[in-house]
Order: sequence, then structure tokens, then C-alpha cells
Amino acid sequence: MPSTFFVPDPEGQVPSAEGYFGAFGGKFIPEALVAAVDQVAVEYDKAKQDPEFARELDDLLADYTGRPSALTEVPRFAEHAGGARVFLKREDLNHTGSHKINNVLGQALLTKRMGKTRVIAETGAGQHGVATATACALFGLDCTIYMGEIDTRRQALNVARMRMLGAEVIAVKSGSRTLKDAINEAFRDWVANVDHTHYLFGTVAGPHPFPAMVRDFHRVIGVEARRQLLERAGRLPDAAVACVGGGSNAIGLFHAFIPDEGVRLIGCEPAGHGVETGEHAATLTAGEPGILHGSRSYVLQDDEGQITEPYSISAGLDYPGIGPEHAYLKDSGRGEYRAVTDDAAMQALRLLSRTEGIIPAIESAHALAGALEVGKELGKDGLIVVNLSGRGDKDMDTAARYFGLYDTDAEVAADEAGSTAEIEGDAK
Amino acid sequence: MSGNIQLLNDTLAAAKAEGRAALIAYLPAGFPTVDGGIAAVKAALDGGADVVEVGLPHSDPVLDGPVIQTADDIALRGGVRIADVMRTVREAHAATGRPILVMTYWNPIDRYGVERFTAELAEAGGAGCILPDLPVQESALWREHADKHGLATVFVVAPSSKDERLAEITAVGSGFVYAASLMGVTGTRESVSSQAEDLVRRTRATTATPVCVGLGVSTPAQAAEVAGFADGVIVGSAFVKRMLDADDDTAAVEAVRTLAGELARGVRGQV
Repeated sequence: MPSTFFVPDPEGQVPSAEGYFGAFGGKFIPEALVAAVDQVAVEYDKAKQDPEFARELDDLLADYTGRPSALTEVPRFAEHAGGARVFLKREDLNHTGSHKINNVLGQALLTKRMGKTRVIAETGAGQHGVATATACALFGLDCTIYMGEIDTRRQALNVARMRMLGAEVIAVKSGSRTLKDAINEAFRDWVANVDHTHYLFGTVAGPHPFPAMVRDFHRVIGVEARRQLLERAGRLPDAAVACVGGGSNAIGLFHAFIPDEGVRLIGCEPAGHGVETGEHAATLTAGEPGILHGSRSYVLQDDEGQITEPYSISAGLDYPGIGPEHAYLKDSGRGEYRAVTDDAAMQALRLLSRTEGIIPAIESAHALAGALEVGKELGKDGLIVVNLSGRGDKDMDTAARYFGLYDTDAEVAADEAGSTAEIEGDAK
Repeated sequence: MSGNIQLLNDTLAAAKAEGRAALIAYLPAGFPTVDGGIAAVKAALDGGADVVEVGLPHSDPVLDGPVIQTADDIALRGGVRIADVMRTVREAHAATGRPILVMTYWNPIDRYGVERFTAELAEAGGAGCILPDLPVQESALWREHADKHGLATVFVVAPSSKDERLAEITAVGSGFVYAASLMGVTGTRESVSSQAEDLVRRTRATTATPVCVGLGVSTPAQAAEVAGFADGVIVGSAFVKRMLDADDDTAAVEAVRTLAGELARGVRGQV
């Protein structure tokens, strides 16, 4: 029986054997990691051909994650999007609350096949960390999560979730103390412990085979959405919209639509306080080609190749790199990327909450803000699918401060409790 | 103007002719200041180092431990630029006549331009480069320009490198082979890993190029131990740590000179 959920790229055209998507990708890693990364590639290739692997993963995705995820039409929200029809792909309803579990279960199975007993991972918003800690609990693997110190504060709920699940969470204090630095620290751990440790990378960046493998584990998002839309709307969408930090949920939604030339693929990058202010993480909008974390892609950097510190209100998008396949889609013109400010994302977060009773993650709210624009451009005949990549529970402290939702006493209490989420910009 | 790969080869050959391992010091440019860094490089060479690797600090040094990260941070906050790295190489080489290499990550060179970087490094009197995140499969463009400008391409090998891969690497590397003594990032360690000697043996089976050992070597006794089986001993974090611990910039330079002297005796078996 063909696999229901695990549907690796049937085209098989990109990346090349060396891991290149056009000019982007590759494998820029220290010699100490070459053997381990090659092992991941070999084991993944074997797993892809193995019906038993597909069956195991399919069972987990059905019975543990809860796939297929729902497709929800949101007409009251869509009234604000030029009257276009808007559907949300509800990855927020997956177990652990985001799309991240799709990739994590795949790589956790691979970890077992490789005979490794320990998993490390980076996390920004904590969603990948929570998903990884969850899979490690499920499979009995030791788990260490690296998280930038700033992110451990603004996503304190997820830190508690990871620890509840038995993971060790290490707050990274180097560099900008966000996602980029968490990845650096995870790489340092991996180099030292590679014989028994798998680095369960959380996005479609990093050295080959991670960009292609993580994409394959997330392809199910677009495969399902495409089928669900054909059933529900009777046609393919005009646009598929997703937020992009490293780009995993976006590539997951986009990939099944790449051959459908009429479907625009629109990625929404974090513009932070505005691209013109320099305080943003809009890598494809404002970056230049370079090498970060093992592959060539666009990166935010200065004229001498030093990586610049990104900023976004969203911890999950606060990253100065981007997966190489997105760089390829941008340069080939197949993908469109636009930047969405903190303020626009937060307004979209509140709008969806109040019109549809769905509180999205701040990451996903960037895609919603993008969809509001795209809907107005398309008009009332438009049809849009948005990847609602995660739920907003983890962001309630940030959102409450942004919108002034705390009673004064509660705000003082929250401050005293030390949950000092760092909010910049004007409270609305 | 051609780079100084030959000077590097001759220097390592001369050490071998003396029946000892070469001492190779690593110091980051721009730390604690550009001039302070230049003084430190000269002091390492005066003190007894045969070769110096000048670090070009990077914002994301994924192969470096906390000591070199701290130095890189100080250098970058001080505004160190590639021109400062070139000046460090030029002045240290001009003052001592010794081979100076640059060690950095690939992105700064990729961004700066490979041709521009190699031409400027050769013109400054540099002898070559160590690029630990540029594996041999991605290195063709770099090697084309390094060869054109007479610069060595020093590859890193690791205990995890299989024999056939060692052969692939040493077939295209030059100058020397940097054998990482252990699986890990830079930093001082209590003892030299037993993996180092095995790696040197396996690497030598593939090449006549000198094999030098780095990562975790910090004391004269460790230097003497490594000198017993390798062609060179590479010490980085121990120098940087002494500089970080020093009371002022003058004391930092003297600490480098002193450690270089101790390690130089170590590689000669005088511990």
C-alpha cells in the first residue's frame, strides 16, 4: 500500500547528488562531521526505499500526531482579505501544537535506525524543541535542547514543556542569544559527541541532506492541502501563503504545488520594525548569498561576511539564514517572498482570534498578515491557502503585553515572576 | 607577487631536519586590539614558534570553544576588518621572515571574493590558509585561486575520517595536514587524546606532507608528547587564555612570548 503521509519528493530533480538546489545548498561542514552527515544521508536514502519505515511513520502521523490535519475555511477573517476565500491548513492542531512534529518523528525513527541513543536540537520559539523532547520521550532517547537565552525568556512556557518531557534545556548566552546561536552551540555539541548523538535539525537549512530530508518529512502538509482544496473548493488555490524563518513549514506547504504553475507560492518573512530600520530578519528580502550553518543560501551579513544580528518579535522567525531551496525558488522566480512587520503580524493574530476563535502563533500570524494583503490583490474571486503552522498558546505573554491585556496587578505579578518577555515597539 | 608556500614547506622541513616537531601558534587578529594582536604574533615567533596561524575572527565560530569565541567577540566589537588581518600578516612576516597562515571560516572569504582575498594575502606575504568549514568537496574554487597565488591549502582531518577520505583530502591539500587530536571544538584539555597518534599514522600512510596535531594541546608536556609522533604541534586556546588572563596588553604579549618559549622547549623534548 502506498504511504499516506510520508511522500518524499516524487520529482527527484532537486537537489543534486551534492545537495545543490541550483546555486544553493551544499555541505559546508567541519571534517569531524562529514562521516556523521554522510551516515544520515545514507540511512535516509535507505529509509526512503523501505516500506517498513513509511509504515511506521504513517502510523505515528495518524495515531500520535493526528494527521491528516484539518483544512478550515475562515470567512469572517476573509472579509478583511478583499473578500477572497481563505482556507487555513491547521498544523496548529497537530500533537505538540505545530508542524514541527512531522519532521521530528521522521528523524527520531532515523535516529533509532542509526543506533544512536542521544538527540540534540536547536529551538527558537520552542516548538521544535517541544516536538523533539516529545519524540525523545516516546522513543526513550536522551534529549538536549539548545535555546537562545532571550528566547528562553520570551517562550518560557515551552521551556517548561520541554523540561516536563524530560529534556535538558540549555540557555545559550553567546552572540545574539537567539536561534542562530543555539544552532552554533548544537553544532559544537555534535562535533564532540557525534558517535552516539544525532543532531535533529529543525528546519530546511543546514548541510545536505537536511534541507531535502526535512522538506520530505513536511511535504505531507501541501499534499494534504492540495487534495483537501480540490475536494472543498473544487480547484487549486491562487496562492499558497506561509511564514518563513528557516522555511520548513513554508516548503512543506509549497512543495506539492510547485508543478502547479497557476499557484503562487508566497513566503512571508519577518520585517520586525521594518526592513528599512535594519531591525528585521527578512533574509531573502535584504540578505545576500553566503554560507551559514552548513549550506549556501541567502544570509543577513555585512560586507565582510560577518553575520548580522536579526530581529523579530517572533522567536521562531528570528534567524539570519533561510533554507537553500527557498533561495532557489526566489532566484528562479517560482517563489515570491515579502516582508511582514511585527505590527502587521500582531494585528493579524488578533484579527484571526476575534473573527474565527483561533489564536495563531506569532510566526503563523506573519503568514496571515501576508494573506490579508494577497487577498486584497486577488479580490473576491481569489482563493488562498495559508499554513497555520502553530498555535499561539506559547505567545500569550508576548501578546498580552503587546496589546495590554494584563490587569495592572497581573502585569506586576508576571514581572515579579521573572517572565520578562522582551517586547519592543508600541503596545497597542 | 606569489605567496610563501615554499617558505612554509622549508620551515617544516628544517624542523624535521633538526629531528624535532615544529611549533605552530594560533592567535586571532584584532585581539585585544589590531596592534596588540600584531605584537602578540611577533612575540610568539620571537619566543620560539616556527609558524603562526592568524585567526580572522568570525561572528559564528562553530568550531571554536569559549576561549577563542571570547577573543573573537572582543576583536569584532573592536571593529576588526579583513584589511587589519592582512596588516597583521604583513607586519609579522616582514619583522620575522617566518611563514604566516590565516585561519578562518569560509563565509568571510566567500563574501570578500576569493580572488581578492588570495591576491591580497599573497601580497601581504602570507603562506596559506586553513578553512575548517570548507571540506575538500567544496574547495575547488578556493584551491584554484590559492594555487594561482602560491598559497598553501591546509585541510583538517579528524579521528572520524576514514582512510579513503584521508587519501582524498591529502591528495589535494598542501603545506601541512591539520590533524584534529579529538572530536570537539578548540579549547585546552587535560590530556592529549589517544586518537591523535592513530590519526597521524593513518594520515601519513596517504601522504608525505607533514602532519601537525592541534586541538586541546596546551602545555609543554603535551607538546613534547605530540612531538613524539607528529611533524608539528599546534597551540591556540592556551595562548589566547593567557592573554585573556593577563593584567594588561603588555603583560598579554609577554605571556605569549613566555608560553611560546616553554612550548618550543617542549617540541624539542626539553620538558
